[in-house]
Amino acid sequence: MSIFTSKNFKLLSNPLNLENPVTVQILGICSALAVTTKLKPAIVMGLSVMVVTAFSNLVISAMRNTIPPRIRIIVQLVVVASMVILVDQLLRAFVYDVSKQLSVYVGLIITNCIIMGRLEAFAMGNKPWPSFIDGIGNGIGYALILIVVAFIRELFGSGAILGYQVVPQSFYDAGYINNGMMIMPTMALVLVGVIIWIQRSFNKELIEKD
Amino acid sequence: MQEIINIFIRSVFIDNMIFAFFIGMCSYLAVSKTVKTSIGLGVAVIFVQIITVPINYLLLEHVMKPGALVWISDSFKDVDLSFLSFMVYIATIAAMTQLVEMIIEKFSPALYNSLGIFLPLIAVNCAILAGSLFMEQREYKNIGEVLSWGLGSGVGWMLAIVSLAAVREKLKYNKIPAPLRGIGITFIITGLMGIAFMSFLGIKV
Repeated sequence: MSIFTSKNFKLLSNPLNLENPVTVQILGICSALAVTTKLKPAIVMGLSVMVVTAFSNLVISAMRNTIPPRIRIIVQLVVVASMVILVDQLLRAFVYDVSKQLSVYVGLIITNCIIMGRLEAFAMGNKPWPSFIDGIGNGIGYALILIVVAFIRELFGSGAILGYQVVPQSFYDAGYINNGMMIMPTMALVLVGVIIWIQRSFNKELIEKD
Repeated sequence: MQEIINIFIRSVFIDNMIFAFFIGMCSYLAVSKTVKTSIGLGVAVIFVQIITVPINYLLLEHVMKPGALVWISDSFKDVDLSFLSFMVYIATIAAMTQLVEMIIEKFSPALYNSLGIFLPLIAVNCAILAGSLFMEQREYKNIGEVLSWGLGSGVGWMLAIVSLAAVREKLKYNKIPAPLRGIGITFIITGLMGIAFMSFLGIKV
């Protein structure tokens, strides 16, 4: 059994575009938008979700034949919650300032629909290794959208990237003003709406009929 | 008393779960197709919220906070269980939704038929967990304030989902660019509604 068959590679690459968890499966919006005013928390959040999705997929998939179907939601929640506690303690230990900025959204990874969605849709019916890859792939797809949104918001909202000023002072002297709207929570929604619009005009098969 | 009313008003209009924190978005986007179902889900969220938030508050105050176990014996005064809070909250929520579902089924079949399908969904609704997490983060002082926050956040969430559903029902008759149809335009509408809600900033009783 080779580790990267073409089927496994598909599991990794599909969530980046055609099965993106945020823009196509519409999962995990809850925590995706609030952490995107700055690029750094967005990257940390993306990584945390990727780790939690991958490892809870792995654990649940390894236990899938022993979990009684009636109480599977509770079992899943407990596994996910312990992963999130680990991630939360690690963040507090190593990147305390980012952990403060993320505030409740780290805890909210527990109820992040991406994780529950992938557990139910994939890990419950597949072997551990493909499930692990599926978790990584969906984590990357989620992180990708977060990073794009955060990049646009930080660049136009505070004229900086990762905290470094990129819009030169001479622009401000000439009358350029940071766009305060970008910092507002609502602009994240509009940006994601626009990203969906662009993505769907390139991938016609994703357009909703009705 | 004034503080309690103030918390309620704040949590409905200013710190609205959807428009200020994007919490509970998944079910907000998925269930807001018709007004009737979104009222059902909204009521169920309020219901679970006013039960779980105070229970989690009591657990936090009397079991998990550093030194909270002193009421058992003095030797527990160095125990700090607050790192377990995520696990305890989610267990309370899962157990309570299960219990509420059974109680409603037994005593009010009519209500159960209209809420029934939504109750299991609520265990994994971020709005419920966030209610408890914000309760911990904001350090409310007494059970009255906590109850008012729980009720207010639920009402705010329901207000948001019902008004979005009303807009989406009308949207059927409009011509929208094909790639934007469905979820794309819903995001942008929510953004615009959020801008409208920003006009409530600064209200104080």
